[in-house]
Amino acid sequence: MPNKNIKKKSQKHPKSPLTHLKLWETSTLAKALRHTPERHREFTTLSSMPIDRLYTPEQLKGFSYAKDLGYPGVFPFTRGIYPTMHRGRLWTMRQFAGYATAADTNARFKYLLKEGQTGLSTAFHFPTLMGYDSDSTRAKGEVGVCGVAIDSLADVEILFDGIPLDQVTVSMTINGPAAILFAFFLANAEKKGFAFDQLGGTIQNDVLKEYIAQNSYLVPPEPALRIVVDTIEYSCRHVPKWNPVSISGYHIREAGSTAVQELAFTLADGLSYVQACVNRGLDIDSFAPRLSFFFNAHIDFFEEIAKYRAARRLWARLMKERYNPKKQESLKCRFHVQTAGCSLTAQQPENNIVRTTLQALAAVVGGCQSLHTNSMDETFALPTEKAVRTALRTQQIIAFESGAANTIDPLGGSYFVESLTARMEKEALEIIKKIDRMGGMVEAIKRGYPQMEIAAASHVYQRQVEHKEKIVVGVNEFVMENETPPDILKIDPEVEKKQVENIRKLKLIRETKKVSAALAALEKSAKTDENLMPRLLDCARAYCTIGEISDVLKKMFGEYHDPGIF
Amino acid sequence: MNKKLRILVGKPGLDGHDRGAKIVARALRDAGFEVIYSGLHQTPEMIVNTAIQEDVDAIGLSILSGAHNYLFPEVIRLLKENKAGDVVVFGGGIIPSDEIAELKKAGVAEVFTPGADTRHIIKWIQENVKPRV
Repeated sequence: MPNKNIKKKSQKHPKSPLTHLKLWETSTLAKALRHTPERHREFTTLSSMPIDRLYTPEQLKGFSYAKDLGYPGVFPFTRGIYPTMHRGRLWTMRQFAGYATAADTNARFKYLLKEGQTGLSTAFHFPTLMGYDSDSTRAKGEVGVCGVAIDSLADVEILFDGIPLDQVTVSMTINGPAAILFAFFLANAEKKGFAFDQLGGTIQNDVLKEYIAQNSYLVPPEPALRIVVDTIEYSCRHVPKWNPVSISGYHIREAGSTAVQELAFTLADGLSYVQACVNRGLDIDSFAPRLSFFFNAHIDFFEEIAKYRAARRLWARLMKERYNPKKQESLKCRFHVQTAGCSLTAQQPENNIVRTTLQALAAVVGGCQSLHTNSMDETFALPTEKAVRTALRTQQIIAFESGAANTIDPLGGSYFVESLTARMEKEALEIIKKIDRMGGMVEAIKRGYPQMEIAAASHVYQRQVEHKEKIVVGVNEFVMENETPPDILKIDPEVEKKQVENIRKLKLIRETKKVSAALAALEKSAKTDENLMPRLLDCARAYCTIGEISDVLKKMFGEYHDPGIF
Repeated sequence: MNKKLRILVGKPGLDGHDRGAKIVARALRDAGFEVIYSGLHQTPEMIVNTAIQEDVDAIGLSILSGAHNYLFPEVIRLLKENKAGDVVVFGGGIIPSDEIAELKKAGVAEVFTPGADTRHIIKWIQENVKPRV
């Protein structure tokens, strides 16, 4: 029971908080440090941002609740983009999945939905990501290995067989050939009787970060950007619930960037897409509400939460300042999160479940709209069913047991998190302005600027780990000898033969005339400024393969090759 | 006279994960080797052509796509076919432990898996790669 007789002692010392702080530093703290020095001379985040001993109102001078935070669903959206956030609707639990054939992946999709997943996310094998058919010599050894093999509409029909596309949203991680896969997806929906305005989902379609980090591209940046704008324009007109681009920091971070670089390069990419759409003559409010984002959740809990908060605030501020849209929706940074694959270790892989839990919690507390949690065995191969289930359960435990989703922006107002949020916003803005001065992201990419910055940051981190300045449990500390590796998923080499045979059969039964007419029409369109989506849809309907369509695009626009900067 | 070892860091196949390859390339260069980096999306033929043209002593292949069981042996086969079978081939990436023995049987001298320290890789090269004659 509370003791009502205790009087508030602070009233005896009417000093300002700052005087108290100085007093504490010179007396209490100084004494303590003499007895027990701190563990390190300097404390930093994972990204090497310096961290103070204690955060107080001192670091938040000039901070304004109204200006810098405001309320959820209201500019600048620091606390969240919706008024009720996860109290109203939980984030979408969306596990990235894809392996072997379309039929195998369809079974995995249905398994995940049965286990309580609420959205789908498709991982394609490398030949699809790079615009090659499974029977291309370039595809040898790679068919169905790192994702699902998709060559044409015929495979997409199997991939989404029995999936209610008007109820389940589908995300597709596809970039260079995103417009082609979007056409396959739409052609399949059309055949199955779904109207385009019923379809919800996402194509990643963020080509800029491909040249920066993920490296799956077809054509050079300028024509690639034109095709992206084609998809945005088409989707906003005909598939209004679709997210035509998911502007991604995830891969930038995986390639070794810092948290600030992830934030800055992603928003700079976003601004380039916005400008390209505006240059096309699109009204800002016709497409900006459909832009979505995708961030990494790395292992430094507070740094990540600050990053998500800074992303929302900075995006809203930049969009308002530069484009002044009428709709509030145009200012909102909606985002998906994936836990950091690069933080997982092959050593003592069970520990990865714990890492993923911390990262997923940061994403939830940071206000994500959808989330993928990695499986413990992904440093060895694509995940087993059991490992995927545990990863999904991690989200369900956070959602239904932990209480983390019960209030909005629970860390808002924390001196530490607010300071970190402000610092990340400021530093990211400096990088964005630097890219502006270079003439935008396409120019920066041509100079190799983001690529070199990421390689340098990744090098620094590697040295920190090798010199034990950063501890990775099980790798450079708490190491075990003679570990037994976990059971992993193996892809049957027969998948390649099967898929090659499928293409051969498809080419026998499809109407050759329709195929060549559709490809010729695409080529003709590519010479003009016409939107390519209708032509791509015709190619999809005629069962042209991804390789055939990509070859037309490469012929018309040229091919991009890695400059190999290290 | 000490000839500097020449190492080709290669990325065969279609996967775009180049963080590890770049880290290793930079570490080897800093350790005093002559380093050539192939860049991404190379075919085994392209890798072997570069290795021969650049007269390298060893090739380090980085593969994170799962296609290692095809790509490693194919590079080794093409090296032999081009009378360059004495070029040491090593590598790293997402490679399941139970497949390493098979790769070594196929002629891969060493496989470094996630978490490998670049200093171990450097030491291994110093001990196992000699200038070709």
